[in-house]
Amino acid sequence: MKTRRMIMVAAMIVFTLFIAGQVMAEPITINWWHSMKGPRGQVVDTMIKAFNDSQSDYVVVGSYKGDYDETVNAGVAAYRAKKQPHILQSFEVGTQTMMLSGAIYPVYKLMKEQGYDINWKGYLQPVLSYYMNANGDLMSMPFNSSTPVMYYNVDLFKKAGIPMLDKETPVTWDELGEIGTKLIKSGVSGGLTCGWQSWTQVENYSAMHNIPFASKANGYEGLDCELLINNPKVVAHIAMLKEWMKDGRFFYGGQKFQGPTAEFLAQNAAIYIDSISAIAKLQKSAKDFKWDVAPMPVESWMKNPQNSIIGGASLWVFNGHNKKDYKGVAAFLKHLSRQDMQIYWHKETGYFPITLAAYEQLKKDGYYREFPYQEVGIKQLTRREPTTVSRGLRLGYFIQIRNIINEELELVWNDTKTAQEALDSAVKRSNQQLREFEKIYK
Amino acid sequence: MIKRSLFSSKTLPYLLILPQIVVTLTFFYWPAAQGLMQSVMRSDPFGQHSTFIWFANFTALFKDPLYLKSIATTVFFSVCVTVSSISIGLFIATMANRALKAKAVVRTALIWPYAVAPAISGILWLFLLHPSYGIVALGIKRWFGVDWNPVLRGSDAMVMIIMASAWKEISYNFVFFIAGLQAIPKSLIEAAAIDGASPFRRFWTITVPLLSPTLFFVTVMNIIYAFFDTFGVVHVMTQGGPGGATNTLVYKVYQDGFIGLNMGGSAAQSVVLMTLIIVITVIQFKYVEQKVQYTG
Repeated sequence: MKTRRMIMVAAMIVFTLFIAGQVMAEPITINWWHSMKGPRGQVVDTMIKAFNDSQSDYVVVGSYKGDYDETVNAGVAAYRAKKQPHILQSFEVGTQTMMLSGAIYPVYKLMKEQGYDINWKGYLQPVLSYYMNANGDLMSMPFNSSTPVMYYNVDLFKKAGIPMLDKETPVTWDELGEIGTKLIKSGVSGGLTCGWQSWTQVENYSAMHNIPFASKANGYEGLDCELLINNPKVVAHIAMLKEWMKDGRFFYGGQKFQGPTAEFLAQNAAIYIDSISAIAKLQKSAKDFKWDVAPMPVESWMKNPQNSIIGGASLWVFNGHNKKDYKGVAAFLKHLSRQDMQIYWHKETGYFPITLAAYEQLKKDGYYREFPYQEVGIKQLTRREPTTVSRGLRLGYFIQIRNIINEELELVWNDTKTAQEALDSAVKRSNQQLREFEKIYK
Repeated sequence: MIKRSLFSSKTLPYLLILPQIVVTLTFFYWPAAQGLMQSVMRSDPFGQHSTFIWFANFTALFKDPLYLKSIATTVFFSVCVTVSSISIGLFIATMANRALKAKAVVRTALIWPYAVAPAISGILWLFLLHPSYGIVALGIKRWFGVDWNPVLRGSDAMVMIIMASAWKEISYNFVFFIAGLQAIPKSLIEAAAIDGASPFRRFWTITVPLLSPTLFFVTVMNIIYAFFDTFGVVHVMTQGGPGGATNTLVYKVYQDGFIGLNMGGSAAQSVVLMTLIIVITVIQFKYVEQKVQYTG
């Protein structure tokens, strides 16, 4: 009898506590799925913590969901199961898919509806333009943005008697060819190698030389666009790289970054083209030689090279959550673009600060005098107003298209095809993908 | 006369198999049905726009020269993996069967690789064979002047994934072969030896025929392994490259569906693979389970 009463009392207490807890307004949880691990993941965690500590209405929970493609996949699966996170980080090639998905709450709309009057002019325009729709409305929040630059081995350059490269005026590809010859003569085993070949040698090459990558303003103005990369200029560029392979001035180290980075670190390659985000890796791993950064080379006929285009990822807000949640999402996105957060982000990861104010502040603080190589990418990105050709790429099934370009380029490097054949075939195959994609949204 | 114990209750047997049925339905039939449905649809990744398009995904698939190339790649890869892992497995098993000292240790050591997951085996081999940082690759490039470059050349990449896949399967085959060998009566071999048959002849005319059931079983299992379980190896080592030279059927499903988010096309590919595995299973049941007897 006595024990039964004890149980009753205990149950009552638990019940009252439960009710009290409910009344005392739990903070709302905002889920953010991202692909940032290792040192970048720690930076992200710090930024989240700063937000959670600054207010008590919301708790942002960041979860690492794997590589970019795995994170997008997790988002797709979760959305289908109606368990989507509030914020999903998706890489730049997935932009078209996300934009047309019907699953998102466009960021410009979110910020407006939640009462944030944001001056989008105060952001780096070449970054924003990648994530805007045809009307110039921002669909996702830029987060980690990078661009390709050229790294070179200072010691090997000195040994070959080559002067150091300028940090603002790019060398021409012809000059780079001569540099390569000198390097090889001085006994270096390889000249140039590059990571992400489609991104650096085709996409960015086209943008900087103002050559359309695809029709319909690179796909911004319609799903019925077609690839145009088999034009004489891009073909000539690829053919030149192929020619360079004969004497080792260029060599292929793999599609992604692991192989090429390893070659640069082992000093098998004196020059290395990759994203600015490789700076962090080189700072840590390049112990036995000095390196520096220069802008991407351009052709001698291009007197005023255009901006390069970005890579990286942006933050997409999913629809289907409570109104209250979105208030927190908006507050969090605002928090991420705060000046101190952006400065911290840039210093720690090498990715661009996305607001001009943060960039100006960094300049004022003398950060770039101390680390001049950190500014090469941002200067290259902002050297001119983006044109409709250089503002970005908007293609359906872009992930497959990049794979196709990668595959076809590999067939050039291993003597199976000529540059013209490979790019023709890449265009043909990619156009099939674009037509398939177009059918879905008809 | 066999003694049977019968349950009077009609529902009890169903109740007892219920958990198994539930598991099978949720984890096998339901996803398979979803895959079948997806394969006749054209839809966006988020499932907002779907149109029923009959068999357009399948016709597109078999018209695609890359898919046909992928079939050829897969067949070549599977044959190489199966042949090399069976022959090496059989060779090692024969040797180990004759070993006198430390028999148990040798056998245990040889079985170990089977416990390694394909992805891990891929990483291990990559650390040996990657042209930029692989120890063995750097060694053969420097000392033997071999121009080894699986990042650039398709044939090198193919050799690399065959090695990594076969290595793991050798252990599996070894286990079955050593069991098979032990079931062969010693008296037969001794009789042949007395009649003056050479070791090679004894192996060829006595061991191999008696081992044939095991051989057949192992072949089927190896083909299934090479077709369906080598995803991890390919993913870690080559990602289907260079130039699509190692893009096997299973890897292509992943690339088109998970990376490329082309749901209809990759579902159609999975259905093709599903049909294939059904056929292999039927063959195995028909021939292996019924006609071949597991006796010495």
